[in-house]
Amino acid sequence: MSNLLEVQNLKTRFHTPEGTVYAVNGVSFHLKEGETLAVVGESGCGKSVTMLSILGLIPIPPGKILSGSALYLGNDLLQMSDEELEDVRGKEISMIFQDPMTSLNPVLTIGRQITESLRTHLGMDHKQATKRAIGLLEAVGIPGAASRLGDYPHQFSGGMRQRVMIAMALACQPQMLIADEPTTALDVTIQAQILELAIQLRDQFGMSMIWITHDLGVVAGLADRVVVMYAGYIVEEGDVITIFENPRHPYTMALLAALPRVDRHREHRLKSIPGAPPNLLVEQRGCPFAPRCEYACERCWEENPALTPIDGSGFAGTSTSMPASVPASVSASVSAPHRIACWVDIKTGKQR
Amino acid sequence: MNGPALPEQHAPPLVQVQNLKKHFPVTRGIVFERQVGAVRAVDGISFHIERGETLGLVGESGCGKTTAGRTLLGLYPATEGSITIDGHDLRRANAHELLAIRRKAQMIFQDPYASLNPRWTVNAIVGEPLRVHQLLKTEKERDERIKELLELVGLSPRHLNRFPHEFSGGQRQRIGIARALASDPLFIVCDEPISALDVSIQAQVVNLLEDLQDRLGLTYLFIAHDLSMVRHICDRVAVMYLGVIVELAERDELYDNPLHPYTQALLSAVPIPDPRKDRARRRTILAGDVPSPLNPPSGCRFHPRCPVAMEHCAHTAPEWREINPGHWVACHAV
Amino acid sequence: MESTVRTTGGVAHLLPDELEAPPLSLGELTWRRFRRHKMALFGGVTLILLVLYSFGGAFIFSEAFANRTETGARLQSPSAEHPFGTDTIGRDILARTIYGGQISLLIGLTAMLVEVFIGVLVGSLAGYYGGKLDSLLMRFTEAVLTVPQIFLLLVMAKFFGDKIPNLELLGRTFSGSVIVIILIIGLTSWPYLARIVRAEFLSLKEREFILAARATGTPTSQIIFRHILPNSIAPIVVSATLGVASAITLEAYISFLGLGVRPPTATWGNMLEGAYNYIEEAYWLWLFPGALIVLIVLSINFLGDGLRDALDPHSRAI
Repeated sequence: MSNLLEVQNLKTRFHTPEGTVYAVNGVSFHLKEGETLAVVGESGCGKSVTMLSILGLIPIPPGKILSGSALYLGNDLLQMSDEELEDVRGKEISMIFQDPMTSLNPVLTIGRQITESLRTHLGMDHKQATKRAIGLLEAVGIPGAASRLGDYPHQFSGGMRQRVMIAMALACQPQMLIADEPTTALDVTIQAQILELAIQLRDQFGMSMIWITHDLGVVAGLADRVVVMYAGYIVEEGDVITIFENPRHPYTMALLAALPRVDRHREHRLKSIPGAPPNLLVEQRGCPFAPRCEYACERCWEENPALTPIDGSGFAGTSTSMPASVPASVSASVSAPHRIACWVDIKTGKQR
Repeated sequence: MNGPALPEQHAPPLVQVQNLKKHFPVTRGIVFERQVGAVRAVDGISFHIERGETLGLVGESGCGKTTAGRTLLGLYPATEGSITIDGHDLRRANAHELLAIRRKAQMIFQDPYASLNPRWTVNAIVGEPLRVHQLLKTEKERDERIKELLELVGLSPRHLNRFPHEFSGGQRQRIGIARALASDPLFIVCDEPISALDVSIQAQVVNLLEDLQDRLGLTYLFIAHDLSMVRHICDRVAVMYLGVIVELAERDELYDNPLHPYTQALLSAVPIPDPRKDRARRRTILAGDVPSPLNPPSGCRFHPRCPVAMEHCAHTAPEWREINPGHWVACHAV
Repeated sequence: MESTVRTTGGVAHLLPDELEAPPLSLGELTWRRFRRHKMALFGGVTLILLVLYSFGGAFIFSEAFANRTETGARLQSPSAEHPFGTDTIGRDILARTIYGGQISLLIGLTAMLVEVFIGVLVGSLAGYYGGKLDSLLMRFTEAVLTVPQIFLLLVMAKFFGDKIPNLELLGRTFSGSVIVIILIIGLTSWPYLARIVRAEFLSLKEREFILAARATGTPTSQIIFRHILPNSIAPIVVSATLGVASAITLEAYISFLGLGVRPPTATWGNMLEGAYNYIEEAYWLWLFPGALIVLIVLSINFLGDGLRDALDPHSRAI
């Protein structure tokens, strides 16, 4: 499987009256064909800005993409002109967002919004586009699809609007879907519906996905590989099983220890991470997590660690058998490298 | 619906709610408004909370849990039913009694950005209950108490004269907690106190709430939609759907042995941060949307989405019954 | 960034040394935002200069001098002796603009105070209590709005103008017509502010911190005056500022029509009236008072714009 998307050393900043916001600070990752990558982190970690930068959706000014490349099938998205990017967006790479109410145009009917995309990108005529739009709405599970084409966004419930968003995003059968916290604002039963839909459509179309979220539960059920972000850096990267069962970065471990479980009896207090989220107005000298890290050593304050493979083969190397329900793509991803940006080896306490 | 029978205890429950209803009228007309319907946000709920206990109230949006919490404290006038806090009947209380009840029953809010007056200093915000209830005679005593409260919640007293916008979300939530503790209350309604916070901060605040409960002997009503967190912090849990409580049980009993189909669906929908386990389990995915409390379905409110609904369910509302000791359900299929 | 983890009776926390910014009250924040508005600063400075001109100038020229007629020196163009020239009956225009400025500003300010007082009162009661009181007050407000302001001003000024006696204040004589003008402008301008205040109250009273105050047991009067009102200062200040400009303009209109403030009291508006017949021959009659009116209205409007942005609660500047 080749790399569909390869991002190298992306740096994005925002120049605001309060100062420079160091939003994304040298992020590199890749997405293979057919893979689902989860990007996890709390608010302000830069996960959304990273994806928006790649698709040229950052307002410039005040934003500025300082450096980096984002190769999509070999072409650097960051070097493309606006027209070229418009061709890519919606057709090759689609994005859905957290709040469908702000991403859907409130004064246009749903039918109009979907068909517009089809006509622009695929050159369909009105009849063809309408037929296709109905099919899409049915595929995302909207009852009475044909009659709902004439409805406006506010006439749909939150979950339905999110389905419409998905329908629009998939209209042109893109290669890749980027989902930016699409279920965060939804009730848990509706979230379950949407996640199930996403998995079903993914498998049906063989789509590659990047799923941005802060919810580790969603990640566990959806992702093949995971990238954990903090203060605009990637701090850990690995396949989903490894991240959850063998995390090696203090932040990842702390996040997992801070989660309560719905399926277990309460055993002990939640382990909270002391301190507060980092101040993005300051360019970090050392590791951004050092102030809150219980393993921090001298070097952590001085030098920012790069993302390097866990010592050994650079592969997670777990060969434990997986239950049948784990999809093939996860098993395949298990051979993906496990990398962390940390000076300390948690297991041994020694420096890396 | 009858509430659960009072358990044989020496002390009566701190909070007792019986058949509480809160309807919001829907009006039409520009010049002369007339009522054409009602949003039945809370439509007959009954429960009690023992001293020192944490009762969880869970449900999805529109279930009425926030309205229930606010009506419980008299912030919305109840349409029907009775509310008793520490022996005082809230609905029959005069202004003076109401003030006394407010001293003892406080609230923590969901939005750390909106629940503090942006133009007041921390000092003024945390000190307001002291002023309103005329506690502590001298200003010096009040200042001491405010500093004490800030330290109790883990904030430095040096920041007395700062404004809310200078603090982070988690810190603002602590200010809100300090304010709620100022009048030395017995009972606190926590209305989704951590939903707006980052995961790493949620644990901080939850730990703080637990420590305060141990230290000060507080009783909590914990309103939330995060079922994992509720399992962690609550002693008993009530599940609400469309204005009514459908199941109520001891914490582990509810999570290990949910009886109501909605509870079962709800629990199965919660993602588990364990990839093997999450992908292995079978989920009950509910069809359709959460209906509007403006026009709730007839009979059992859950019947349109219920995977085991029978014909009977559309006509008759189910009875609230104690199936196992302490485990109450309203369902025909149980 | 130093961090200290300390446990106090089981509560682990980080002492918040992470509040890096020095204490900045909302007033300071507002000033910082305001400072960024170049035009607003210009407006503010110009306004201050105009106020100094009108009130400071009184130390140089006496009022008697401003009113002293000298028919021999009538309609003189600007000279060293009379830098702004003289008017149709020989009065020094420079001095008259100084005293005229005082009256114009006085009218603007006082009318604004009347407007703000009534507007805030009506708006806050209607907004907070809602229901029938709200309906009643709003119908009343709308009724007042239907009254054509200028027309009423003209009629009332003409009718009452002569009937109200001159006012003696601080050793100065003010024509009774000034009082009438102030009252009428104030009494007809408040509806706009009332609606704005009502809208603010309607939205603010649902805010969580108000709910929190009620949960604390705070009495209603404190909620209105200590909680809601301070948070609605922004639109009130902006409206009041623009109200001053509006009042000054209104006074200029009616005085120009000869129905405003009566002589000998000078206002920039009634100075324009006298200039009407001499537009071409004696430009100095209208140029100076006219320019001053334009200057003050512009500067107030710029100031108001800047205030509106600076006081905007939605921008979270540091």
